[in-house]
Amino acid sequence: MAKLTMVQALNLALQEEMEKDDSVIVLGEDVGLDGGVFRVTDGLIQKFGTQRVVDTPLAESAIAGMAIGMAAYGLKPVCEIQFSGFSYQCFHQIENHAARLRWRSRGRFHVPMVLRTPYGGGVRALEHHSESREAYWAHTPGLKMVIPSGPRNARALLAAAIRDPDPVIFYEGKAIYRAFREEVPEAPETWPIGKSQLVRKGRDVTLISYGATMRTTLEAAHELEEKDGIHSEVIDLLTLSPLDDALFIDSIKKTGHAAIIHEAPLSFGPGAEIVSRIMEKAFYYLEAPIARIAGYDIIAPLFGREQGYLPGVQRITGAVRKVLNN
Amino acid sequence: MPRSKINISDKIEYLSILDEKGTVDKTLEPKIPNTLLIKLYRSMLLTRRFDERLLSLQRQGRIGTFPPITGQEAAHMGAAAVLRPSDWMVPSFRETGAELWRGRSLESIFLYNAGFSEGARIAEDRNDLPVSIPVGSQILHAVGLGWAIKYRQKKDVAMTFFGDGGSSQGDFHEGLNFAGVFKTPVVFVCQNNQWAISIPRSKQTRSATIAQKAIAYGIYGIQVDGNDILAVYAAADEAVNRARSGQGATLIESVTYRVAVHTTADDPSRYRSDEEVETWRKRDPLIRFQKYLTAKRLLTKKKVEAFEAETADKIQTAVDRAEEKLKDMGNPLDIFDHVYAVLPPQVAAQREQFAKEQAETEQEGHHG
Repeated sequence: MAKLTMVQALNLALQEEMEKDDSVIVLGEDVGLDGGVFRVTDGLIQKFGTQRVVDTPLAESAIAGMAIGMAAYGLKPVCEIQFSGFSYQCFHQIENHAARLRWRSRGRFHVPMVLRTPYGGGVRALEHHSESREAYWAHTPGLKMVIPSGPRNARALLAAAIRDPDPVIFYEGKAIYRAFREEVPEAPETWPIGKSQLVRKGRDVTLISYGATMRTTLEAAHELEEKDGIHSEVIDLLTLSPLDDALFIDSIKKTGHAAIIHEAPLSFGPGAEIVSRIMEKAFYYLEAPIARIAGYDIIAPLFGREQGYLPGVQRITGAVRKVLNN
Repeated sequence: MPRSKINISDKIEYLSILDEKGTVDKTLEPKIPNTLLIKLYRSMLLTRRFDERLLSLQRQGRIGTFPPITGQEAAHMGAAAVLRPSDWMVPSFRETGAELWRGRSLESIFLYNAGFSEGARIAEDRNDLPVSIPVGSQILHAVGLGWAIKYRQKKDVAMTFFGDGGSSQGDFHEGLNFAGVFKTPVVFVCQNNQWAISIPRSKQTRSATIAQKAIAYGIYGIQVDGNDILAVYAAADEAVNRARSGQGATLIESVTYRVAVHTTADDPSRYRSDEEVETWRKRDPLIRFQKYLTAKRLLTKKKVEAFEAETADKIQTAVDRAEEKLKDMGNPLDIFDHVYAVLPPQVAAQREQFAKEQAETEQEGHHG
């Protein structure tokens, strides 16, 4: 066991998968000697060489498009897009081809690629470096959309994503890249894509989140217990698409109350889909309207004012109290 | 502080071997075995007649919108003809001839255009990606395939097709650039058919040629008479050999003309003159090739008639078979296939619900 940051844990997963399978290729801007702008690919080029760790010219569409060709050939490309704000430059490659090649060739080809990209605010970055637009990908049939919340599940999910036969969009919360360390087992492990996790047991309310806001959600749960004696059950989705609703539906049947927390803009965000699932499967168990604590429907602000924009502990606890006092 | 001329040594050549009258430049004539020449002719003929048949089927409402390729047979088939089966082809949507040459069946093209994805199935023995409709986006896949071929140390090449319109897309430029940087074994074939729906080539780029764009990316470029199958073949052969021997990528601009509509939903009289089309009809690649083969005594009038009859038979059989198959396309659940390796629970539940609704509809139909 070693205590690793999420950056180190992701690096470990890449190393393990690359050692195991020579069809795993890492490509992107500055992923070689520089080790990636967040250092997730640090040391890989020394270990695996320029044939397997490919510094590309600066063109996101070509990174994704080339990966699709590599995947059609039978390789397992893992591309890095430096910030999710730049991934829209390759959106058409993912939507038109990565997500569809299996379907369009009637199963002759498939695209076992992973597109890793940091998302979300909280690191005082420039414009286009702080948004949370996972709904774009989760809305696209043919894709899988994964968002780990910490070092251990990041390592396990990245390994699973690399082995998955379908294209996986893998969002890494940059606010939690180095925010904390976690015990990561020495033996390789995976976590199934499409499976959520119960991370805190409680009887009063179900809090549903994923990615970087998991930490804030857990802090809020702690505070609610300390100050109000409210026992929150917390579900970490881990995968947005396909969405595993089993755990949160079961939980809501027990608690009768729910709040959803994400950084993504509120309208048409992941929370809307989660609420719909609850309506379809647990409506009669609900004792109060469901709260959504999310980014506002505005452009993610520059960092001077981003703290107010990001769902913080106070907004979460306030909303949960309201749900319970209804 | 000099202000001096930078000498870019690359020159863009134009290649033409067989002219409109069927006269061949003996010094440039590629050595193509007679059997291959005849095979190419028959395949071009099949492509042309099938295209004409599809157009009439579309006008009768028996298939949906499709992009005809008449007049462009040489521009793409000459290039595909130099590929080995293990090579990769990445088409756009106007390479029907190359697809047929590589083994796609008439029936599959018919079914696809009749709106059924059964026609999209790529046979296991064909290293071809499916047609790609978003213009130019497929170019990058060929670069990825080329990269993978090189990584696996194979001697294959990836050939991709696109049009003059596609050369304006970012993916074209990114593709050429990546192929240059990684020296991948890729052949880029631009079927410059002069029109991207209503936009003429002159409004697509200020460059004198599309081929010269290769210079900027450090790869080879050549412009050929795309209605001259010998020139297309010779240029492609050179490019493929270059790629196979590790010398990198080539851009071939195959100059041709879209004598027909963009798709069957298009009306070219809105944007171009009949005179222009007539000029190009006189440069017909099939007639030109026929003249060449006749002069070589490989074809006679009688033989042409026999090939025409054989072609008509082949098309009729395929159309009959496909129409028979269309009667049995009853399984609507098929739309859920091949979206994921394994259907996620949510989608599996949707499929089940859809199946139930379909069954109910069918039952109502029986009662009604």
